[in-house]
Formats: sequence, C-alpha cells, structure tokens
Amino acid sequence: MIARVVVVPKPVLNDPQGVTVRQSLHALGFAEVADVRVGKYIEVRLDGTSEEEARSRVDDMCRRLLANQVIEDYRFELAFSPSPLAGKGRGGGADGAGASRDEAR
Amino acid sequence: MRFGVVVFPGSYSDRDCGHVVEDVLGAGLVYLWHKDRDLRGADCVILPGGFSYGDYLRAGAIARFSPVMDSVAEFAARGGLVWGICNGFQVLCEAGLLPGALIRNAGLEFRCEWSHLRCERAGTPFTGGLQAGQVLRLPIAHGEGGYVADPATLAALEERGQVVLRYCDAEGRAVPAANPNGSLHNVAGIVSERGNVLGMMPHPERAAEVELGGTDGLLMFRAAAEAAAELTLA
Repeated sequence: MIARVVVVPKPVLNDPQGVTVRQSLHALGFAEVADVRVGKYIEVRLDGTSEEEARSRVDDMCRRLLANQVIEDYRFELAFSPSPLAGKGRGGGADGAGASRDEAR
Repeated sequence: MRFGVVVFPGSYSDRDCGHVVEDVLGAGLVYLWHKDRDLRGADCVILPGGFSYGDYLRAGAIARFSPVMDSVAEFAARGGLVWGICNGFQVLCEAGLLPGALIRNAGLEFRCEWSHLRCERAGTPFTGGLQAGQVLRLPIAHGEGGYVADPATLAALEERGQVVLRYCDAEGRAVPAANPNGSLHNVAGIVSERGNVLGMMPHPERAAEVELGGTDGLLMFRAAAEAAAELTLA
C-alpha cells in the first residue's frame, strides 16, 4: 500500500516560493496564473497493514513528523496501485532504480 | 560552571561555540553527541547552528527526535538553561520547547551578513548585564529564519515579554528595512514563558572576539555563564 501525502504551507502564511514561481510563470506568458503555493509530495510505502490501520497510522506520521502543523496543512490518500513515480525509464541510472526528482525547497 | 554543546550530524557551529566557551570565556565545556542521553553535568545546554540532518524535510525536524533531546526537554522542564542558536532555534521550535516556527526567508535569499538587534528584555538569563533597548551587532547566516506564529501566540509572546531580540537598524529602530528574513514583528530571538529556554537566529559565537569584527556575542555568553552558575534546578 502506498500513502500519498501532500504537505502545503498554511493559507495564511507568506509563501515566497509560491510568489516567485507565480512571477516566473507570468514572465513565461501565463498571465492567468492568480496564485501558486509550493508544498511537498511524500510517498510512504507501507507493508502489511489494513486500510483502516494505515489511515490512522499515516495520520499519526503526518502529525508527528511529515508536517509541522504550526506552518503546514496535510492531506493524504491511500492507494494499492504502484506509485506513478516508480518503475522503468525515469531517466535514472542503468538499473532504473532511485529515480531522482527535483524537489522544491 | 559547564556548557554542554550538542552535536547533531550536520551541526557546524559546535566548535565555534566550544571555542568561545573554553578559550574566550574560560568556562567548562563538554560536547554532547546527539545519540547520548547523558548531559554530563552541563549547566547550560547549547544547540548550535548548522544543517542538522541536511535540513531534510524541514530544518530541525529530524534532529528534534535525537535521544539527547529527551534529556534536553527534561532538563528544560526542571529549569535548566537551554540556548538554541540558528539551527538550534529551529530544533527547539520543532521540539515544541519554544512556540512558533522558522520558515524560508521572505526574499528566498540565504542571508549572510551582520545584523543589528535590539535587546527587548534585559532580565533573562541570557541578557543579564544588558539594558532594554541596547543594540547588539551579531552576524546572521540562514536561509530559513523567518519567525512565524499564529496571531494569538504572537500577541502572547509580546505581552509576556518573551521577545528578547528584534532585528533593528543601527539606531535601534525595528523597521521593515532592518528585517532580513520576513520574521513577524522583526523577531530574532524569543524566550520560553519561564525564561530558561532561548532561541535566536543570529550567531553570538561569531561575535565574541575583536578579530572577528565584534564582541557583542560575548555579552550573552557571560550572562548565561553567570546565570547558570547561580541556578538551582528542581
């Protein structure tokens, strides 16, 4: 089972990354972009838990580590299908493992 | 009197703090490896600057779970002095030992420069000997130094005098132009409600010798040493 966790800055917070990305999109001609928020996507692969238990445990993971609730909101979904980021041809090394992705920081 | 300087993987100000404590101040020093729960008789625990765990996930988010932090929390609960500098401040906020959080600098730049700070409260263990309104000059070096807290928390901090250091200009005015990172209310350093836990983004250990361009940081080390020497813990 895969938990797909999304962590975003709280709406009230100034998000300088989001502002910068918005400005960059405008510079590229996407004038219709009103607002951008930049967050994180975290994938957690779980072994051998029921969906109900997983839901509760992943929620716990979010509260305790994955999100800082002073500044971030989180949401997640559970999936049984393979991760869209895993698998072949991701432009990684010859063994196809550990595909890297640029991470917004 | 002995300072304990915690070392996390990725800490980089530990040696600088140790140098000030031992060679400049002449006080006792122990380094506390993050996996060790023994504070080894430290009277004041310093969480130094750096990039603990590479700032992975969030700055300080993982270091706060190091075994030593259990002991630090217990030490703080008994009234022991805990001093978080830069990454140390981030660790303290993540650990809930101080309220609020530090987010990415508003201008997205890593700010590495001298800053002026106004001492808002002279009576803390870390500002003994200073005067309210006194302007200090300390270097900053951070990419995630923007202090934020929800409005109620921020109001409470101000009301209770928990804001100890504020970014200001050379004349001591806490104006927006003097704010290097977008911190709410120009907050540069805060203290816990009880007053024994301080977190600050600037680096006092980098301004403790004339050769480095300033000695205002030494004032805080001296204050902490004197306060710790007089402290009796619960």
